[in-house]
Amino acid sequence: MAECSVFIDGKAALVPTGTTILQAAGAVGISIPTLCHHPNLPPIGVCRLCIVDVEVGDFHKQVAACHAEVQDGMTVRTATPELERARRFALELQVADHPSECLDGETGEPCELRDLARRYGVTKRRFMEDETRYPLDESSPVVTIDLNRCILCRRCTRACSLVQGQDILWIMGRGDESRVSPALSLPLRDTACVSCGQCLAHCPTGAIRDKRPLRPPVRPEAVVTSVCPYCGCGCQLDLNVSGEQILRVTSNFDGPANRGSLCAKGRFGYHFVDSPDRLTRPRIRRDGRWEEASWDEALDLVATRLREIRDRHGPDALAVLSSAKATNEENYLIQKFARAVLGTNNVDHCARL
Amino acid sequence: MAYEKILTRYRDLPNYTGTIDEYITQGGYQALPKALREFQPADLIEIVKRSGLRGRGGAGFPCGVKWGFTPKDSPKPKYLVCNCDESEPGTFKDRMLIEEEPHQLIEGLIISSYAIGCRLAFIYCRGEFVSGAQVLERALREAYGRGYLGTNILGSGFDLDVHVHRGAGAYICGEETGLLESLEGKRGQPRMKPPFPAISGLYRSPTVVNNVETLSNIPHIVLRGAEWYAGIGPPKSAGPRLFSVSGHVERPGNYELPMSITLRELIFDHAGGIPNGRRLKAVIPGGSSAPVLTEQHLDVPMDFESLAAAGSMGGSGGVIVMDDTVCMVRVGEIVSRFYHHESCGQCTQCREGTAWLHKVLRRIEHGQGRKEDLDLLLDMCDNMKGKTICVLSDAAAMPIESYLKHFREEFEIHIRERACPFEGKGAF
Repeated sequence: MAECSVFIDGKAALVPTGTTILQAAGAVGISIPTLCHHPNLPPIGVCRLCIVDVEVGDFHKQVAACHAEVQDGMTVRTATPELERARRFALELQVADHPSECLDGETGEPCELRDLARRYGVTKRRFMEDETRYPLDESSPVVTIDLNRCILCRRCTRACSLVQGQDILWIMGRGDESRVSPALSLPLRDTACVSCGQCLAHCPTGAIRDKRPLRPPVRPEAVVTSVCPYCGCGCQLDLNVSGEQILRVTSNFDGPANRGSLCAKGRFGYHFVDSPDRLTRPRIRRDGRWEEASWDEALDLVATRLREIRDRHGPDALAVLSSAKATNEENYLIQKFARAVLGTNNVDHCARL
Repeated sequence: MAYEKILTRYRDLPNYTGTIDEYITQGGYQALPKALREFQPADLIEIVKRSGLRGRGGAGFPCGVKWGFTPKDSPKPKYLVCNCDESEPGTFKDRMLIEEEPHQLIEGLIISSYAIGCRLAFIYCRGEFVSGAQVLERALREAYGRGYLGTNILGSGFDLDVHVHRGAGAYICGEETGLLESLEGKRGQPRMKPPFPAISGLYRSPTVVNNVETLSNIPHIVLRGAEWYAGIGPPKSAGPRLFSVSGHVERPGNYELPMSITLRELIFDHAGGIPNGRRLKAVIPGGSSAPVLTEQHLDVPMDFESLAAAGSMGGSGGVIVMDDTVCMVRVGEIVSRFYHHESCGQCTQCREGTAWLHKVLRRIEHGQGRKEDLDLLLDMCDNMKGKTICVLSDAAAMPIESYLKHFREEFEIHIRERACPFEGKGAF
C-alpha cells in the first residue's frame, strides 16, 4: 500500500507508507513536543516526550511518534491527560539538574527545554537537588561544551557520527552518569575534531555553543538566508541579523548544497566582517604610500599596466592566480581571460582557503 | 505423585560432571539425530508450538511462535542467540544448567538452529560466569569432536558453528536487543522496536534470542513429544520450570517443578520453610523486578497467568523469600540502587527516574523522608511504566509500587519516626 489513512486527534491524514507519526501529525498541523528529535537526524527515541497513544484494530499501545511509522487505519491520540502527565514528569526530571540561570532565561540563549518547561508549567519544585557542576570544556578553538546544560538528547553525537562522519562525540558512562564526551574523556582539542560545529548546530539547549560569539546572544531582528562567502561550494546559511550587524550564523537545513552542514570557517569565521582592518575600497600605492581610489581608477591602472607588460615582455610574462573563494564559473572566466585576453597559459589556483 | 525431574535429572546421579560421555550414557544426543532424520524444520517449529513451551527468561513468550516470526525467504543469514546473560537478582538457574549440564543446552541449541535455519549460533554468556563459560567452551569442543557441530552434522547435510561470547557485566545486555548491540561490539543499550529481532536482529538479520533454560527443554520435547510436554503443569504454562529459591528458607537452591506448584509448597515443602521459627513476611516470585507477594498469596500457583492475576509475574523464576525481620524500605533501597546502577541511560524516565527512586528511598530509609515522598514515589512509578525503549524502567518501578501497596505503613513509620524501626535488628 502506497498510502496510509490515519486519524490524529480526530483529524484525517493521508500520508505515504513509511511516514512517522510525528511527520504525519505535522502534516495536519498537530505539533507533538520533542527534544531528541531533529529533522536532519534519524530518530533515536530517547527523550520520550513524543509518546502517543495508538490504536490499530485490537492493538493499543503507547509508542514514540518520532520513530513509529503510521499504519493504515491507525488512530492516534497525541495529548491525552495521561500522556501530558507523563510529559510533565519527563520534563520535571530534565529540569531537576538543569542550571537555574538557563531556566530563568538569564543566559539570553535559546533553550528548547526552557520553552517546553514553561509551556508545561514545570519547575524544580518536586525534584530539588544541588546542581551538579561540570567544568566547561573550552579546549576547542570554536565551541564550548557545557555539560551542565546537556539533556542527553544525543543530537550532537548523531550529528558528529552520522552527518559529519567524525565520531568524536559519544556517550561516556551509563545511566545518570552518562555524559557527552570524546572517547577517554579527552578534551576536544586532543581529538580529531574538525571544528565543523555540527554538534552546536543540533544542540537544543546551548550545552554546546559558540566559544567566541560575534555578539551577545540576543534575539535577532531578522534571519536572512544567504550563501557562504568562503568557497565556491555554495553552502547556504542563515544570517541572524540586527540592523546592519550579523549576530551569528546558523545552519539552514534546507540548503540544497549542504543541508545544514558548514565548515569551521563558514560557521564561525565572520569576525572579519566588522574588522577595522578590513579593506572595503581599492587602494593604490603612490610614492610608497597607500591611497584610497575609485574602482574605475584602480581598474584602469591595472588594465594599463597589464597591457604594457604584455607588449614589452610578451604574454608569458603574465600569470593568473585565482581564488578558491570564487565560484567555478568565476574561475572559468578568469582562465578564459588569461588565455583569450592576455594570451597566456600561466593559470593557477590556490585551491585552499 | 512425585514429580519426575527432566532438566535436572542428572542431579540425582552420583559424581556426575556433565561431560559428553556422561550425557550420552544418560540418553543425551538422541533427540538431535531424531530431529535431523525424522523432521523438517517446519515440523519442529510446529512441535514446539504444540508443546506450549514459553520463554524462561522473563517474558514467557511462546517459543514456537517466536521461531515462526522469522521470515521463510530472507536472503540474509539467520542467527540463533542463546541468552545466557542471567543477571536478574535472585535468579541462578541458567548458571547451574551451563555449569552442570552444558550438553543439554548445546543439543537444544543445535536442534533449534536446524528448526529456524541458522548456520551460526552464539551463546552470550554473562561476564561473571567465568567457569560457566569455560565449561561451555569445553562442551563445544567435545560436541565438535563427536560430529554434533561443524559441517554435515551426523551426515544430514546440516552445518552449524557455535561461539561463546562473554559479556562485560551489564544487566541491560540481558535485554535481547541490548544483548545484540553488545554482541555486535557496540555499547550495550536496547534498540527501538519495531523492528523486532525476528525480522532485524543480529547484524540486521533475522534472529531468535532464547534463554538457556528454554533451549534446554528442546531435546526433551523432541524425544518425548509435544503432547507429553504439554501435559506437565497447567495448560497455559506447560513444562518444568526451574525456581531459584533464595533468602530466608532452610534450603535455598534451584528446584525443578511443574508450574502448578503453589508458593506455599515451594517455600515450605521443598525449600524447608522459614528458619528460626520466624514468619514469612514477603516473597518476590519472579526475580527482583517482580512485584512482591505476601502471606495471603501463598496458595497462588507459580504459573504465568496465576502470578499475573495475583498482581505479580513469573518473570525469571527467581523466588526471594523474606521473613519478618526484613525492612521493606531497605529492600526498596537495595532494589532501586540496582536499577539505578544498571540503567543504560538512554530514556529520560529511566535514566533520571531510577536515580530519583533510589535517592528518595535512601532518604526515607535513613530517616530523612518527607511526608510527600510516598505520593512522589507512586507518581514516579506510574510515569516510569510503559513509556521507555525497554522495560528496565518498568522493572524498577513495579517492585517499589508493590512494596508501597502492601507495606505502606512501614514507609510511613520511617518518615514519622525519622528512623528505620528495623535498624540493627534485621537481616538486611
